[in-house]
Amino acid sequence: MNTQTAKKTKEVINKTERITGSEAIIKCLIAEGVDILYGYPGGAIMPVYDELYKYQDKIHHVLTRHEQGATHAAQGYARISGKVGVAMATSGPGATNLVTGIADAQIDSTPMVCITGQVFSHLLGSDAFQETDIVGISTPVTKWNHQVTKASEIPEVLAKAFYIAKSGRPGPVLIDITKDAQVSELDFEYKKCTGIRSYIPVPKTNPDKVKAAAELINSAKKPMIVWGQGVILGQAENELKAVIEKAGIPSAWTILGASAIPTSHPLNIGMVGMHGNYAPNKLTNECDVLIAIGMRFDDRVTGSLNTYAKQAKIIHFDIDPAEIDKNVKTDVAVIGDSKDSLAKLLPLLKETSHDSWLKEFKDLYAIEFEKVIKDDITPTKEGLTMGEVIRQINIETKGNAAIVSDVGQHQMIACRYADFNITKSNITSGGLGTMGFALPAAIGAKMAAPEREVVAIIGDGGYQMTIQELGTIFQQKVPVKIVVLNNEFLGMVRQWQQLFFDKRYASTEMTNPNFVAIAEGYYIKARKVVKREELAEAVKEMIASKDSYFLEVCVEKEGNVFPMIPSGASVSDVRLS
Amino acid sequence: MNEDIKTFTISIYTENNIGLLNRISAIFQRRHINIESLTTSQSEIEGVNRFVIVVNITEEQAKKIVGQFEKQIEVIRAFYHTDEETIYQESCMFKIKSNLLFEEPQIQNIIKESNTRIVTVNKEFFVLEKSGRRNEIESLRRDLNVFGIMQFVRSGRIAVTKDEMKVTEMLLAFNNQ
Ligand SMILES: Cc1ncc(C[n+]2csc(CCOP(=O)(O)OP(=O)(O)O)c2C)c(N)n1
Repeated sequence: MNTQTAKKTKEVINKTERITGSEAIIKCLIAEGVDILYGYPGGAIMPVYDELYKYQDKIHHVLTRHEQGATHAAQGYARISGKVGVAMATSGPGATNLVTGIADAQIDSTPMVCITGQVFSHLLGSDAFQETDIVGISTPVTKWNHQVTKASEIPEVLAKAFYIAKSGRPGPVLIDITKDAQVSELDFEYKKCTGIRSYIPVPKTNPDKVKAAAELINSAKKPMIVWGQGVILGQAENELKAVIEKAGIPSAWTILGASAIPTSHPLNIGMVGMHGNYAPNKLTNECDVLIAIGMRFDDRVTGSLNTYAKQAKIIHFDIDPAEIDKNVKTDVAVIGDSKDSLAKLLPLLKETSHDSWLKEFKDLYAIEFEKVIKDDITPTKEGLTMGEVIRQINIETKGNAAIVSDVGQHQMIACRYADFNITKSNITSGGLGTMGFALPAAIGAKMAAPEREVVAIIGDGGYQMTIQELGTIFQQKVPVKIVVLNNEFLGMVRQWQQLFFDKRYASTEMTNPNFVAIAEGYYIKARKVVKREELAEAVKEMIASKDSYFLEVCVEKEGNVFPMIPSGASVSDVRLS
Repeated sequence: MNEDIKTFTISIYTENNIGLLNRISAIFQRRHINIESLTTSQSEIEGVNRFVIVVNITEEQAKKIVGQFEKQIEVIRAFYHTDEETIYQESCMFKIKSNLLFEEPQIQNIIKESNTRIVTVNKEFFVLEKSGRRNEIESLRRDLNVFGIMQFVRSGRIAVTKDEMKVTEMLLAFNNQ
């Protein structure tokens, strides 16, 4: 590879020494501050595992039960800590099993480095045993990928991998390393990568654009903010809070933006999108200035673009120039790091409040509360609801837990009703909607932040997609709390079948196993709740547990998530029933 | 922005890396954009490659797709230009039976009038080469087709822009960091 194209730190971290490629890989990981990685061994990566054995006091390898689990665990690790998650696998099926997690990390901008073993370089292209073109396969779902065929390339390529994964808009990087590169020797020295000439990770904020944005905001009568994960990735939570408070702007979040500002903040008006809150969805089409910060106008957020905020001037803050005007045309685009841009915006803002405008949100919230929320979180009818389970978890964790949700109705309910006091606390698969994400992601999150309470909220469907990771939880003694909200359906799909397919429940009903027995089979404390009277006590017991704990709650079978914007409809056509 | 479908020449300056072509073509494929032609070569900058890709799309699409290219780590800069903003050429070759050159005097006239170059002549065949606009090449092909063509090949478009390409700036900024 071309050495003049990347910049490295001057200081040499390790003096040159003659070692094998596989030892070099471990030393690179250690130099990058990796303390935990997730993976699964196999023929083409065995030399690296041999080195992991030797370095096990310096770097902890977690054997997941499936490579997909390794990627989601690495994602959970990255999402809660902001650090790069690392996953490792062998060639062929090991590598292809990583693809779902890589695609998930790509669309949700999660910093991750995946290392795959590859067959000997002289066998490449010969359909050798367990040879697969993982670089070709992963190209559309990686921020960068590269195949290493020479030991001497390892330090530079891995330095670039970490730099690319975590800088700018983060994303997954895959490095495929042939077995001969692992076993042959190199003169090892490690220099961190600090720049690549063809890559501008953080475009400089243009002060004129910030000024234009401030002018629009200052003259607005009905401004509204929608923030996304860009605020969390840019560590701009304080800056955002200061902006919101100074300009008195009602502020909503996308699913991945959740927790950047505490749920209880008076200007936090809730979630936008398909199952978001009534007020911010409806009033998106009433505001006069819409300020999007670190979000990408996903179709699940905007509904029909033809009727999305047409009356409003649009200001878009984003680090990725390709997001500007991609879905929604902006009037002012502020390209740059969210922390920097918001810090520059703050002094230009007038101190204001928009009381009557804010009241419009509160009034619509009152309607949503009466029609939906009340019955979701404090139901009186028979049959447990998902919402009341989340409410109990809020009570027991006081809103301080990290909530790792899977995909489906329970995910929407968790995001809608979980209280978040702490940032980086909503770990969920947003862009890809990957069922099976939560259980392994919770493992990674808990290992990265052992001091945090980590609660996984999972449907009975998604749970069975990565249920084997109970083995990892058991072997590694990861004290995660696992809540399965069992409605005996692939609930979200069933809801659509009910609403849009005349209740033809094609292949969504599930006959489930004895989940408690399965958890107990892995020696995990387990309990099942079927009655409302048992719920509070069971949740209390779960949260109080020092060890991992499995709680199955049998909820009503045909509960629906509302509000809802039917796909293709306008945000202002959000339905309450 | 104009919503009409037009011909755009997309120029992508890149590092010289295996796999980049795959990354670039995947971006077209995902959006169902048919590539009319694709040429890659060394650019004016040492060690920097240049892709010249011709597509028929709207300007809106061109703008977005260029954003996607620039996002790729090893892409230095990407641009789109209309035909009016570029000077462009294609080149083509014909292989024709040698006896025709002498039996059909018309061929010699065609060669002369169209500014076509004779690359080689031997006992069995001769080879013609011409660079120009698509319509010139097409009319030459039609003219020669009457006599029988053994082989015909046309290259993708190569193009330079009337405006300056601000690629070196970015590379200099990096070096001066
Ligand atoms: C891997 C994968 N396959 C299919 C889907 C489509 N899908 C979205 S939600 C859903 C149902 C999820 O059911 P369950 O896990 O029981 O959760 P619930 O909706 O009942 O809360 C399905 C099948 C998906 N998101 N991911």
